[in-house]
Amino acid sequence: MYVQMEHINKTFDGFQASNDVTFGVEKGHLAALLGPSGSGKTTILRMIAGLDKPDSGDIMIDGMRVNDLPGSRRGIGFVFQNYALFRYMTVADNIAFGLEVQKKGKKEIRTRVEELLELISMQDLGKRYPHQLSGGQRQRVAFARALAPNPQLLLLDEPFAAIDAKVRRELRTWLKEMIGRVGITSIFVTHDQEEAMEVADTIIITNQGRIEQIGTPEAICHHPATDFVSEFVDVERYEAFAALASSHGS
Amino acid sequence: MAQKRQRTYQQDIVGDGILAVQKVREPHTEASGKGIRCGLIGICALFLFVMLVLPLAVVVINALRDGWAAYQEAVMDEYTVRALQLTLFTAVTAVAVNTVFGVFAAFLLSKFYFRGRQILAALIDIPFSISPVIAGLVFILTFGNVGWMGDFLKAHGIRIVFAVPGVVLATVFVTFPFVFRELFPVLNAQGKDEEEAAALMGAGWFTIFRKITFPHMKWALLYGVILCAARALGEFGAVSVISGHLRGKTNTLPLHVEILYNEFNTTAAFAVSSILVILAVLILIARTIVEWKKA
Ligand SMILES: Nc1ncnc2c1ncn2[C@@H]1O[C@H](COP(=O)(O)OP(=O)(O)O)[C@@H](O)[C@H]1O
Ligand SMILES: [Mg+2]
Repeated sequence: MYVQMEHINKTFDGFQASNDVTFGVEKGHLAALLGPSGSGKTTILRMIAGLDKPDSGDIMIDGMRVNDLPGSRRGIGFVFQNYALFRYMTVADNIAFGLEVQKKGKKEIRTRVEELLELISMQDLGKRYPHQLSGGQRQRVAFARALAPNPQLLLLDEPFAAIDAKVRRELRTWLKEMIGRVGITSIFVTHDQEEAMEVADTIIITNQGRIEQIGTPEAICHHPATDFVSEFVDVERYEAFAALASSHGS
Repeated sequence: MAQKRQRTYQQDIVGDGILAVQKVREPHTEASGKGIRCGLIGICALFLFVMLVLPLAVVVINALRDGWAAYQEAVMDEYTVRALQLTLFTAVTAVAVNTVFGVFAAFLLSKFYFRGRQILAALIDIPFSISPVIAGLVFILTFGNVGWMGDFLKAHGIRIVFAVPGVVLATVFVTFPFVFRELFPVLNAQGKDEEEAAALMGAGWFTIFRKITFPHMKWALLYGVILCAARALGEFGAVSVISGHLRGKTNTLPLHVEILYNEFNTTAAFAVSSILVILAVLILIARTIVEWKKA
């Protein structure tokens, strides 16, 4: 397991946001944290990134316990729910920020920024500011910015929530393909099961701070482990989707 | 009908081909609306004229009543010059102290969560809710001869009450919340995602402040500084209590105006007032420019 959470507990002012959370994500896999709003998904992601500290339990990344390591030294790229692009910096400066902080050479930074702009097909938009971009473009910039310092683990919080329903599906395919191409271990948060089914290799279902089930999309649909999962997951929708996917595949 | 519809809705191709339909506000064309608007503008203008423009004009006219020479004499008077110097010194000090304090407090209270942050934010507002006269008295009771730090200060030969430090202290107190109050809502609304994103990439707090927080707050900061300066230049109540009105020593311009006026030296009082009016107009201009830039 590249990421392993062991018996994590976290409370906010007495409210239990994470309750004995245990799960692992394999290297190179794309996992989805799926659950209703308020079920503690963001909290888990923030603890992996070091933005919040668990009250108890161990966070392991690449075999090392990272609880006491600051987030910036965990080799993580983070895509925030509303992207959190630096609004007074251009797209290129946003992407370059992490490299500049690491005091990389000017030339190296420029090459890397160009490479990433090309990856997200925004070569000509490097001089724009975030407010001059569409929602989809912003998401792509956030993605590129997170990838710039070559992290080993990518965390994305509701990456499609702020995007028009129409473009969402397109972007979903794009992101899955990108992550596959870069080959980076990734965890993304969503409350939309269709999204999780379509994008993830592994789905981790959360409910009221607890993990209800971990498994492939198929396993979760056909063998729900708890009442909550069988109620939360809409099997018909999954099957319609699976049929669609296989007809596209053939 | 169809034509009207086309005019009130504007279709716009945004970014990568999303069709956005925006409703354009219909112009207000009713005659009655126009009448009400003119009436309100009229009342407003009349009120401003009676309350603001007229008194200011009176200041200038009275200041020049006995001619230019008398005006010059009053303004160049030794005590007036000293009062102006003290006022400027006090204002610059108060602005400097409160800017540094306000920036740190706003940064701290908007970007970090800790126990008691609401209490701290409320404490900063105290000078807004306390009468300046009482603020002055509190300082006398704290630092004066009979105050509870009196013996200590006397033993070390430090004079605060009836001395320049007291004047500065009182002004700092009264103008304390201005910069903070301007900055805090702006920084709070920004959230802390951008800061967290930068921190995750390994940026230190100073880099984060310089590259992310500061660009966001610079106009609000300048605006707060201007408000703070305006208040510091004009402060009367607190300073009046703590200064002891020592001419040429602890007299600020507003106090000096009062002294001259009480001595029936009306022309001089108005002449000195006109200095404050000029400073106020300069600040007003600066404020308008900043407001325009901020928008
Ligand atoms: N900083 C915080 N302070 C207090 N409560 C919080 C904080 N962060 C999250 N919570 C609470 O923890 C619960 C889980 O939140 P979150 O992890 O954001 O859920 P999700 O991302 O699944 O919607 C929510 O009830 C939320 O109110
Ligand atoms: Mg969330």
